[in-house]
Amino acid sequence: MSVLVYVEATDGKFKKPSFEAITYGAKVAAMLNVEIHALCIGEVSDDELKSLGNYGANKIWFVKDERLKNFDPLVYAKVITQVESQTNSDVLVLIQNFNGKAIAPILSARLKAGLISGAVDLPLMSGDSFTVKKNVFSGKAIANYEMHSAKKIIALTSNSIAPVATENKATVQEIKIELTDADFKLKVKEVVKASCKISLADAEIVVSAGRGMKGPENWGMIEEMANILGAATACSRPVADINWRPHGEHVGQTGLTVRPNLYIAIGISGAIQHLAGVNGSKVMVVINKDAEAPFFKAADYGIVGDVFEVVPKLNEAFKKFKSGN
Amino acid sequence: MKILVCISKTPDTTTKISFVDGNTKFNYEKVQLIINPYDEWYALVRALELKEKGLAAQVSVINVGLADSDAIIRKALAIGGDDAVRVNAEPTDAFFVADQIAQYAINEKYDAVFLGKETIDYNGSQVGGMVAGIMDVPFISLASKFELNGNVATAERDISGGKETIEVTAPFVISCSKGMAEARIPNMRGIMAARTKPIKVIEPNATEKLTSVKNYELPIEKAGCKMIAADNVEELVRLLHEEAKVI
Repeated sequence: MSVLVYVEATDGKFKKPSFEAITYGAKVAAMLNVEIHALCIGEVSDDELKSLGNYGANKIWFVKDERLKNFDPLVYAKVITQVESQTNSDVLVLIQNFNGKAIAPILSARLKAGLISGAVDLPLMSGDSFTVKKNVFSGKAIANYEMHSAKKIIALTSNSIAPVATENKATVQEIKIELTDADFKLKVKEVVKASCKISLADAEIVVSAGRGMKGPENWGMIEEMANILGAATACSRPVADINWRPHGEHVGQTGLTVRPNLYIAIGISGAIQHLAGVNGSKVMVVINKDAEAPFFKAADYGIVGDVFEVVPKLNEAFKKFKSGN
Repeated sequence: MKILVCISKTPDTTTKISFVDGNTKFNYEKVQLIINPYDEWYALVRALELKEKGLAAQVSVINVGLADSDAIIRKALAIGGDDAVRVNAEPTDAFFVADQIAQYAINEKYDAVFLGKETIDYNGSQVGGMVAGIMDVPFISLASKFELNGNVATAERDISGGKETIEVTAPFVISCSKGMAEARIPNMRGIMAARTKPIKVIEPNATEKLTSVKNYELPIEKAGCKMIAADNVEELVRLLHEEAKVI
């Protein structure tokens, strides 16, 4: 028995969500007193693979196959099930990102393994059963899910656990997978990389703005704040619906759910649907001219004032702070 | 092409969430139940658009639920679905639901299964991938654009770090996100027509239970919002650094 963590590299580099997943897997493995394996598909340097060992992975496996260059969840799931079988793993950990959401349910069906998608905490173990916390009702509640199956899959929400570096030496090894051309049913025509520097789903700081900005031409100050803080930009649903901002930035119940360390909401009133997508954030700052805006009830820090006066001043203050550090 | 659209019953987006029976059950009292928005706005409407363009012959609706699902099924038919089937069972977990849908899609030879990218109650994003896994067909996850040319579909979907345009031949399963279509409001003719459209009720297959909810918790209430004067933004920066330690 062992734990298998599936991680992904972006442009040959692992990012924080991968280290979080390895840390999570290592803690689960420690509870079960078993080994932890890591798996990566694609072209990644030996040193980069070894870096996974710093977070607790014992054995790091990589799969090289030119046909796996593009993402296809059905084929990736086939690769992972083969590695799962070769490493004798009963617990699988993935990252709850776009690819994880596609692969994990296929794995669940294939392995008849219970799946907790979007886990926010380590499992509680009792006999063969795991209980795992997950956000439900779009962040308005938390459910304690029980997994009854022998095999278990956990897809971890980013920013739920801090990566912990350890003194650990890991082995890096290629693993052979049997794939036939018939497995590749999906033809990838084009891949467009996201233009924003920081992915909204993984961002530690998010600067978000709403209708209070009065028009798309006023977003310069929002982008400036994001630049100063190294944050991703987001927006409320009405703003995306009237095409002031791209749909990909829409956070809320019917958009993206984010849980950064810091969420700054500017000119957003805080409708329940918007709060549902952001209330997992550790700290929330609200800037709004309406002191009665419902968002203040959910916030940690608030400023009542005209965003066109407050935001430029705040940007100067952030700049000063950043240059002083 | 025969399309099967999966719809789930969820609380309305403005619902105040509470629980009963020692926080083990969702409190349905006074809660308005709707078609999961992703299923309705994107999956169902896109499937109907394909039918209107002559690219799909039939759009059927499937729900796993008890008789209290009939209202949302009628609504899906009023929007334009041709017929519906209800698997007469409480939807206990995602795998149970997926297994019912997959077996029905296989038996009735559907070419494509459409559903929303997730439900707004359990936010699992699980059923679509599980249906694809059980049927062993390609899974077009998190699609925001979809076109059909005979049996060949072209779709744009979210992947980690960007977007991917893919081409795939039916059968397949597609999970739909924002951008696929615009929400529609059923008109009077649709509502009248829906009254006579068939809802077939079938009994579930036996499926093992992989997960269950033990209990629920509500998020811890915030201690209260600390207000800072609009002319003292430096104080906010200081608090974020020294107190909250997030910058």
